[in-house]
Amino acid sequence: MIDYTMQPRRIRELYDRQNLLDQSIAHRMMSSEEIAFATSQWRMMWKKFIRNRVAVIGGVVVLLFYLTALFADFLAPYTLQQRMTEYSFMSPQRIHFFLNGRFQPHVYALERSRDPQTLMRVYVPDKEQPIPMRFFVKGEPYKLFGLLPANRRLFGVEEGIVSILGTDGQGRDMFSRIIIGSQISLTIGLVGVILSLVIGALTGVASGYFGGWVDNIVQRLIEIVRSFPPIPLWMALSAALPRHWPPLWTYFAITVILSLIGWTWLARQLRGKVLALREEDFVMAARLAGAGHGWIIVKHLIPATFSHIIVISTLAMPAMILAESALSFLGLGLRPPLTSWGVLLQQAQNIQVLLLYPWLMTPGIFVALSILAFNFLGDGLRDAADPYTV
Amino acid sequence: MNETANAETILEVRNLTKHFPIYRGFIRKVVGRVQAVNEVSFSVRKGETLGIVGESGCGKTTLGRIILRAYTATDGEVLFRRDTEMVNTFSLKGKELKQLRRNMQIIFQDPFSSLNPRKTVMEIVGEPLLIHGVARGKELESRIGALLELVGLNVKHMNRYPNAFSGGQRQRIGIARALALNPKLVVCDEPVSALDVSVQAQVVNLLEDLQKELGLTYLFIAHDLSVVEHISDRIAVMYLGSFVEMAVAEELYKSPRHPYTEALLSAVPLTDPHTRKVRIVLPGELPNPSDPPSGCRFHTRCSHARDNCKTDVPSWNEISPGHWVACHYAESLSLNGIVTVDRK
Repeated sequence: MIDYTMQPRRIRELYDRQNLLDQSIAHRMMSSEEIAFATSQWRMMWKKFIRNRVAVIGGVVVLLFYLTALFADFLAPYTLQQRMTEYSFMSPQRIHFFLNGRFQPHVYALERSRDPQTLMRVYVPDKEQPIPMRFFVKGEPYKLFGLLPANRRLFGVEEGIVSILGTDGQGRDMFSRIIIGSQISLTIGLVGVILSLVIGALTGVASGYFGGWVDNIVQRLIEIVRSFPPIPLWMALSAALPRHWPPLWTYFAITVILSLIGWTWLARQLRGKVLALREEDFVMAARLAGAGHGWIIVKHLIPATFSHIIVISTLAMPAMILAESALSFLGLGLRPPLTSWGVLLQQAQNIQVLLLYPWLMTPGIFVALSILAFNFLGDGLRDAADPYTV
Repeated sequence: MNETANAETILEVRNLTKHFPIYRGFIRKVVGRVQAVNEVSFSVRKGETLGIVGESGCGKTTLGRIILRAYTATDGEVLFRRDTEMVNTFSLKGKELKQLRRNMQIIFQDPFSSLNPRKTVMEIVGEPLLIHGVARGKELESRIGALLELVGLNVKHMNRYPNAFSGGQRQRIGIARALALNPKLVVCDEPVSALDVSVQAQVVNLLEDLQKELGLTYLFIAHDLSVVEHISDRIAVMYLGSFVEMAVAEELYKSPRHPYTEALLSAVPLTDPHTRKVRIVLPGELPNPSDPPSGCRFHTRCSHARDNCKTDVPSWNEISPGHWVACHYAESLSLNGIVTVDRK
């Protein structure tokens, strides 16, 4: 218990001494630690994130995936629908890098024959006929980013075929189809998450901030939406999509269907966060200083929940990608000619295909890889999101 | 309380009552009411400090926040001086309410929760100025600088985040924010109870200096009698949502008229180690505010309680000029106070 009966002069002395001390400490720290004290939340988050190696790797993989999707037409040696009928169900080709001691990536020409016992078509590489791979070759014309007409492709061959992940039954190159299919698979997650973000953030923040009957209605609605089993709900909704709709419409309709359930997770999490923040004294301080609801939400609540929004959306992405793959795999989502990883996996539905042409399952590996990467990234972001808790 | 047409009065509270409903179940049925503040009346003169003391949960924070219109009252009214007339604050809306908020501000107990960790000191202190559109740009910066200087902070630290400051420094930031709009009344909601004892004196002295310099009026809420005694001109004692006694600080200490005040005073540590005194320990627990005792709310723990205390609610009487008590036997009981030390 402090003695408040001290003479004022004595208190003043103590006070001054403390001030002097503060100043000398402040002076010493000015050089290096001043920077640390003026570090913003985002810089602190970045510092914490960069230390988490798995998360950084996940982030890099995610980035690579999106870059690949962006430049898909350039990276893929063939177009989506280009058929090489003489090479149907061809197994993945090996790429050889050295020819006669010189660096020259090449594949071998293939000779078709049939297995005398199973009558299955087999392709035997002819070691006498190397086909050199050319870079920046002219291929089928395409439009880069859907805008710039171009016809150069990263690699290709002038004759024969180069197919590092094999071909499907119609002789279409799996590698090209997976790369181009990633455009839809990865963006459907992005668009779906953004859509659920908008719905979820609005309802979640409103629900938490205003409370009372608003909260009650939003929460009951979320419970109703969540209590539907998702797959039958998606089935019903996608069955309701008119068959004659153009592909782009179907694409957006599917994202809407996916985010109709996705927003509930975000809304719940944000509500909880806002509920806690609303009781913080600094929100009360703003209110008592005369701030309106808009000011408090925009200046205090949204910035405080922003890191959580990012984390939640990163973690929601895999669910979206998986949902799209599942829907398309079941034939309920996107339909050819739209091509996504789920659509590609549809070919691998029967056991015969799995046994005879296992390379048709490679889109599944890409699904798994992207989801793992997103999860690692999301975990890292979540750990970094609150730099104020050690 | 009678009509005080005193020109000095800045704040007048009349029969203020706040009940928080307790909801239960899906349809949010009201199953009970927490009677946080019950029929509280008092007035505050310009430039004085009214200390409000009571144990935790007695409703002192709620009282402060109703006055600031953070919560709406269940009943009663709060009048605040605007120029020459007293305005009923509960009737103000929109622009007028915003204008009122410039005149009454708050200093919080918790120096951690009260500062947004994502904002710099400059943003925190400048926020009220921006909300009211008082200043912007260079002028805003110089005003913030002046405020920081006023509360004894280094202006160079303007761009730091709150995590770079100690508890006492954070409380100074909170004080600077409260003073940004030049308020007339400041509700200090236990401003030093979260601080280190060594820092408490600094902050209390700062508040006193600021009061002298700026002519502020304080409503100083605390649970610690030694802190309030030092800073307050008058002290009100609160128990379970009601005022039980209010008097000039010295008088309250020397000759308390309510048994609860006596018990509180007996818990004050004395600076003279040779003085012996009897510590009064109240029996039982603090009753549940959603189901307060009948009659005098203190009767369950009062050693002087008689039969009529259980049934009759004591009235809030002025037994000597400026000394208010709510006790049936205020005149007849002889209670022990403590001898206060020389003030200031």
